[in-house]
Amino acid sequence: MEAFLFILFGAIAVGASIMVVTRKHPLASALHLILAMAAVAALFVLRDAHFLAAVQMIVYAGAVVVLFVFVIMLINVPEDRLPVERITLFRFAAVIAAGFLVVEGALVAGRFGMPGGHVAGGGTLEAVGRALFTDYLLAFEITSVLLLAAVIGAITLAKKKI
Amino acid sequence: MTIGPSAYLLLSAILFGVGVVGVVTRRNVLIILMSVEVMLNGVNVAFVAAGSYLGDAAGGVFAFMVITVAAAEAAVGLALLIALFRLKETVDITELSILKW
Amino acid sequence: MVTGALEYLWLVPAFPLLGVVLNGALALFAERPLLLSGAGAGGVAPYRRAVAVLAPAAVGASFAAALLCVASLAARAPDDRLFVRFLFPWIEAGSFKAPASLLLDPLSAVMILVVTGVGFLIHVYSVGYMSHERAFARYFTYLNLFTFSMLVLVLADNYLLMFVGWEGVGLCSYLLIGFWYDRRSAADAGKKAFVVNRVGDFGFLLAMFLAFWTFGSLTYTEVFARAGGMAASGTLTAGLATTITLLMFLGAVGKSAQIPLYVWLPDAMEGPTPVSALIHAATMVTAGVYMVARSGALFLLAPATMTTVAVVGAATAIFAATIGLCQTDIKRVLAYSTVSQLGYMFLACGVGAFTAGIFHLATHAFFKALLFLAAGSVIHALSGEQDLRKMGGLKGRVPVTFVTMAVAALAIAGIPGLSGFFSKDEILWKAFNAPAYGPVLWAVAAATAGITAFYMFRLVFLAFYGPSRMDPGVEKRVHESPWTMTLPLSALAVLSVAGGWVGIPAVLGDAVGVPNLLERWLSPPGAVGAEHHSAALELGLMALSIGIALGGIWLAHRLYRARPETPGAIAARWPALYDAVRNKYYVDELYDRALVRPAVRAAEWLWQMFDARLVDGIVNGAAVLVRAAGERVRRLQGGIVGGYAFSLLLGAVLIVGYIIYRSAG
Repeated sequence: MEAFLFILFGAIAVGASIMVVTRKHPLASALHLILAMAAVAALFVLRDAHFLAAVQMIVYAGAVVVLFVFVIMLINVPEDRLPVERITLFRFAAVIAAGFLVVEGALVAGRFGMPGGHVAGGGTLEAVGRALFTDYLLAFEITSVLLLAAVIGAITLAKKKI
Repeated sequence: MTIGPSAYLLLSAILFGVGVVGVVTRRNVLIILMSVEVMLNGVNVAFVAAGSYLGDAAGGVFAFMVITVAAAEAAVGLALLIALFRLKETVDITELSILKW
Repeated sequence: MVTGALEYLWLVPAFPLLGVVLNGALALFAERPLLLSGAGAGGVAPYRRAVAVLAPAAVGASFAAALLCVASLAARAPDDRLFVRFLFPWIEAGSFKAPASLLLDPLSAVMILVVTGVGFLIHVYSVGYMSHERAFARYFTYLNLFTFSMLVLVLADNYLLMFVGWEGVGLCSYLLIGFWYDRRSAADAGKKAFVVNRVGDFGFLLAMFLAFWTFGSLTYTEVFARAGGMAASGTLTAGLATTITLLMFLGAVGKSAQIPLYVWLPDAMEGPTPVSALIHAATMVTAGVYMVARSGALFLLAPATMTTVAVVGAATAIFAATIGLCQTDIKRVLAYSTVSQLGYMFLACGVGAFTAGIFHLATHAFFKALLFLAAGSVIHALSGEQDLRKMGGLKGRVPVTFVTMAVAALAIAGIPGLSGFFSKDEILWKAFNAPAYGPVLWAVAAATAGITAFYMFRLVFLAFYGPSRMDPGVEKRVHESPWTMTLPLSALAVLSVAGGWVGIPAVLGDAVGVPNLLERWLSPPGAVGAEHHSAALELGLMALSIGIALGGIWLAHRLYRARPETPGAIAARWPALYDAVRNKYYVDELYDRALVRPAVRAAEWLWQMFDARLVDGIVNGAAVLVRAAGERVRRLQGGIVGGYAFSLLLGAVLIVGYIIYRSAG
């Protein structure tokens, strides 16, 4: 059962990601991105990381992608003024190189010496919360500074008159 | 057929690779930014799977951090995009080459 | 009081150095602004009075200090006359030590007396001679600096410090030859002197390196002691000793203008006449003789070198004397005479008669300085005219100059009773007794003596006798020189007459009851009178040389007084010979063809091929290469973000691939 679900959601995630990368109109990409996020969230559930699955849906699909959609609509590039993609030698080489990277990743993954069995409690809400507020407290707090900086930066950059 | 950590890591690599292709090949800045999100997703899969198989909460914590960074990155990146679009009226990254000599 | 004076030996060079500082300050801050502002040569500018007092006073004080020091040295026991005064450590590196120490022994005592004594007189003379000169303070700064350097040279207790003085006097020589640097020939002559001297200095430097390598020290006492020990034990081979001494002699040849490096000295006459007297006759050019005499202990270990020194000296003596026969410039006659007399001194050193060499050095300093100063007085009287053909009949017009010059000419010619006779005859006698080629050397030296007497009296007759050949404008302004010039002339004339009596040969001295003071002073007590040959032979040779000298004077009288037309007839009879002598045997032309022009051509080749093409090519090539590479590489920085991302990707692929490869292997 787990294998089936993994293959299903994994295929959806990969397929949706490919769609994100290949769509001409950014809006289509954004919608496929939501699908990919959802599939990945499902995979998180498979690994008992319910909290992260929720965060994934809320923050990524709910906030980040919506922000993308907002911006796409805000700048609203007409269809005929979207950049035209051409297949060039350079792009072909890039795809090949990325393929090599995937193969290398697969090689690393194939030799990964992790226990195959299921150890419970890796990504649960309690475990993540406990870790966040004990061992990683400083990092957690600094994250808030990062977000604050991002907010200020975004407002400053997007203001009409700088 | 059991699903081991290798399968998750393979999936992670594939997602990452797809994102890389998007970043390197596309000209539309919006899609490049989204491809970055795809790459981050791939990394998250690896983190969560590893944390889960090792029974270590650190994987989840890192995934959480990645999501936070992704949010911040998206906010700043899109703000930059808006500022650039105001200036150049384009989302084509090949036209945003004012930094070359 | 007298014995304590040695502690103040450092004052001897210190006074001229003080003069350099004071006069230099005046030259820089008082004279230079005046000259730059284009103001005329105001003979009344107060700073000139200060210089006129300061510069001679500095050397005079130095002379007084030298006298006291020598007196207190003389008060010591004969075998204790060696005083070393350590001033400060100068160079110390491992076993190499070169302290700034002063050494006073009989040899350097003679030298400092000559340098400061003659130097003082010439300074006084210069005050009068240079009274119309605009750069008055600059001149005396150089002259004081020269005196200081020369004293360092003779008072040094090691070769390296001597080399400092050696180079110092070379520098001053360069500065003073080119004193009138706005005259092209003077600037060229200065350059020539400097470059030719470099050849010799190179030899001296090599000699020092080799000496240090061999003996492990450059201090005289240590070098000579170790050389003696090593020669006795056989560790110092004759070849090594010969090499060291030959290289030293090369330095002496350069500084003392011997064949083949004598060519700079005649050109050095471009400098002011007192400079020619002080530097290029009395003191600096004798530094080579001093160096050979100082290193006598080394030279005696190398018989081959001794023979070389004697042969070079004798050859130079007769070679330069013949050139002096036909020169028409009064100073050039004296210049070639100086070269010739220096050859005499080297001949003496070469036959082992260092005492005779130093004796001749001292007497020559008196009479040659006098000759130059008298010539300067003549030139002064004739408003700068130096050509003998435009003089004549000056005898009654400048009486003091005439009398002093005649005395000097008699002295150099070797008329008995005058200083030149004793020293020259001493050399002739020692040359005759030389271990190798004795009679030949004697014959050459005696012939030179005859030629010397001839050209000296040719000069006297041409300048002072006969009808006046002066330009009318010049003739009206002929005047005897002021007392600042005639007084030194008179003093030097007295020295030229009396100076020889300190070194009277034993064969004559015994008769009149005067001992050979100089020889006793310079030589260790036991060595005096060690060799005694037939007194009859010595007296016979002496009479012969007197006869040769008188013959030279008689010939000069006959050719230039009795029958003034004969010289022209002789020249017309053998035009090739006359031209060769008149043009100094074309040596300058030969050097120009053989050395100067090839060097210039090589330099030009190096400039155009090596420097302009290779060196500049490498430099420019580096720039071109970087630029071309930049042109290529800049395409990578096209501003296309995708390109940057792609290189990032490639890098990641390669690094991960490498890690996998490593962990797999």
